[in-house]
Amino acid sequence: MKKLSYILAALVGLSMQFAIAQTPKGSILIKNATVITVTKGTLENTDVLVQDGIIRRIGQNISAPSGVQTIDASGKYVMPGIIDAHSHVALDVVNEATAPIVAEVRMKDVVNPYEIGIYRALAGGVTVSHAMHGSANVVGGQNATLKHRWGSSNPADIIMQDAPRTIKFALGENPTRVHGRGNGIQPRSRMGVEAILRNGFSEALQYKKRWADYNAAKSQKGNTMVAPEYDERLQTLVDILDGKIIIHCHSYRADEIYMLINVARDFGIKKLVFQHTNEGFKVAPEIAEYTMGASVFADWWAYKFEVYYSTAFNAAILQKNGAITSINSDSAELIRHLYHEAAKTQRYGGMTDDEALAMITINPAKQLGIDDKVGSLEVGKQADIVIFEGHPLSSYAIPQMTFVDGVKYFDIKEDKDDQRQQVSATEMVEPIMLTEENHRCMQDTEHLFETANALFSLHNH
Amino acid sequence: MQSIYKTFFAFLIALTPFMAQAQIDGEFVKPRSGKFLLQNATVHTITKGVLSNTSVLIENGKIAQIGSSIQAADAEIIDCRGMVIYPGMIDSGTTLGLVEVNSVAETVDYQEIGNFTPNMQALTAVNPNSEAVPVTRVSGVTTVMSIPQGGLFPGTAALINLVGYTPDQMYAGFKAVVMNFPSSARRGRFDRRSDEDIKKDNEKAQKEANELWEKAKNYHELTSKGATLEYYPEIAQLAKVVAGELPLMIEVNAAADIQNAIKWVADKKAKVIFSGVDEGWRVADEIAKAGIPVLTGPVQDLPTRQSDRYDAAYANAGKMAKAGVKVALRTNDSENVRNLPFHAAFAAAYGLGKEEAWKAVTINPAEIFGLADQLGSVEVGKVANLIVSTEDPFETRAQIMHVFINGYRIPLSNRHIRLYQEFLERSPALKKN
Repeated sequence: MKKLSYILAALVGLSMQFAIAQTPKGSILIKNATVITVTKGTLENTDVLVQDGIIRRIGQNISAPSGVQTIDASGKYVMPGIIDAHSHVALDVVNEATAPIVAEVRMKDVVNPYEIGIYRALAGGVTVSHAMHGSANVVGGQNATLKHRWGSSNPADIIMQDAPRTIKFALGENPTRVHGRGNGIQPRSRMGVEAILRNGFSEALQYKKRWADYNAAKSQKGNTMVAPEYDERLQTLVDILDGKIIIHCHSYRADEIYMLINVARDFGIKKLVFQHTNEGFKVAPEIAEYTMGASVFADWWAYKFEVYYSTAFNAAILQKNGAITSINSDSAELIRHLYHEAAKTQRYGGMTDDEALAMITINPAKQLGIDDKVGSLEVGKQADIVIFEGHPLSSYAIPQMTFVDGVKYFDIKEDKDDQRQQVSATEMVEPIMLTEENHRCMQDTEHLFETANALFSLHNH
Repeated sequence: MQSIYKTFFAFLIALTPFMAQAQIDGEFVKPRSGKFLLQNATVHTITKGVLSNTSVLIENGKIAQIGSSIQAADAEIIDCRGMVIYPGMIDSGTTLGLVEVNSVAETVDYQEIGNFTPNMQALTAVNPNSEAVPVTRVSGVTTVMSIPQGGLFPGTAALINLVGYTPDQMYAGFKAVVMNFPSSARRGRFDRRSDEDIKKDNEKAQKEANELWEKAKNYHELTSKGATLEYYPEIAQLAKVVAGELPLMIEVNAAADIQNAIKWVADKKAKVIFSGVDEGWRVADEIAKAGIPVLTGPVQDLPTRQSDRYDAAYANAGKMAKAGVKVALRTNDSENVRNLPFHAAFAAAYGLGKEEAWKAVTINPAEIFGLADQLGSVEVGKVANLIVSTEDPFETRAQIMHVFINGYRIPLSNRHIRLYQEFLERSPALKKN
């Protein structure tokens, strides 16, 4: 028995070492840049020292410790790695569209580290993305927060292991279309969406009580109580109620946003972020008061009816009302220029540079619960860094280098013609996609509809 | 008794304006024409350099004068000190006005049933009151190509200015028959045809195109000899292309298809323009040699192949221009045509250069559409499509201060702006009272 535990301990130790070895951490000194910290101002002619994947010093005249490579960034801009709070990058499938609640599903089971989209995102300065379940279900699957450590063949390497759990919810047209119209079950309307949520959480409370009763009885003498059946779906809802999981809810209309705020308040849920939130501007004071804010598009509207009454000033209104606001992509294309998307808040609402850049760095970090680790250039934080030619909010800006944990994964000067890691052996002729599928929120639900093509018209979220 | 009625009636009539005022709060600003003097700006003419401290006089819908000391006592003076003036931008490929909400079929008018429908007129379905029109023009995009989508010959596209109450008032003077060139590529991930099926479909479409062209040729020959033929509106429209009365706008994207299209048009006398041209950079020299102008975009787009460099679409316009192709840009969008300046900025940054990028959204499309005497630059005698901006309008932080289309001063408002005005500071805010 003792032997066995020794072996076990050794195995655990080995595997831990293995895990650490798998996550490369770099050391680098970036010299003479304009350093945009986002949270602590912008520093001219400043150096950033990274050791073992962590930002150690930010200041002037820092000399490189031995073995640390120096990068001259004179005339260039350095900012924190960009964080996309809504993406479907590196996911093999997106929707488990079989029931209104599928909380047990986990996106980390379908992470594909080979996807070229990761490299393309790095080329746009994005170091962290929130790879989300689709929007077919009222309660969708659990999302994966990714670190873009391009080049690994192990899905575990690109998952940000120290990020908290998050889960996808969805309101409005998508879940009612899939279930009400596609499957003929609730929800078919926004009334049904609320009912699904309240029923689900109430059932989860009963489930939690059954286990609490059983656990309490277990220690009693002469207990004959049988353990309740384990249910991963309900347990996940219990974890949400216990504040262990952050909800990221696909939503558009003000009424449905307000509905979920009320449901969350009734069930004591505080960790709630709204996604898309096109009509968030109408309930900005409520979002600011009761939630972790909203993650929005810079300017998308009118691609479906529930976003017809949108405004490109949405982010500015939310921000000025005190809501934590981020700009996301939800697109394999937009993820490559989130700096530009954030810059649009300057045209639509006059955001300052720091306010605009916060929307793609520290604000999404807060919404993902990782703001103590990434999202700004501060000593002690993980060294996710982008170097830009031109100010990142200029339309002419070009990302030059992107680092994750101090390791360089993109360098415009070393960009090759073909950056794929894996080329299919059976692929004789590479397919040419004229309209590459940018938007995948409703992917894997096409079997439910006759007009699959209409479902996949360019903008469908 | 009669007089009581009369008095009562008079009272009612007198009351009406007050009632109206009680119901309607505030004032609606319409586009208005007039004589406007844009004073003391930096004028980027596009064709005649940059003129500092210069004024522009707008009269009768045209640019009447450009100079440093224009006398126009009766003109409305607009102080433009510290600002820049550019010609209105032209988007060379959109579905603006043809769709309101893309997922609501009832509002989608850019696609007809049938593979051969060149007689379908985009201009007839353009909705002058689409919400997207005012949303677009405040960005400085004043003129767009509105293009039918779908089959082999889906219809006839039209160039429109973004002001007016009827399609005819909006019409900017250029139409082209659209052809979707038979494609050897996949339309997207949802396109699950086998390689063999794609090849078969492509060959079938090529054959169909050839047959239709021959028919149109015969139709043209017979009618030009005075024959009276049966009513055949589709062929009649294509015959106009054969005759050179209407240009043919060929949507073609994959490199091999571009090469095929160049071959296909070589022995035809039609005026040809290519659109899309996603993989133009692969065969740029051949396009240049064929002398075919190109309407390309969106610039902010993914590469067509996984193996392509990440910036293939950003750099496409620049590579074609360097090879000698005349390039105009498009968004290929409907509701977000307002992003044309940003697409142009990306093309500029990734190889096209600022100056050429400006031409690609102004004078180049004007030349390609045969309207260089009317649009695309700030020159005396041209249509007064002008924008005044705090700085380079390609920059997101720039604020567009004034927009003139057809000489109309455009109100800088739209639903996006009105919602901002209404909701920035809500009343009541969080609490009920």
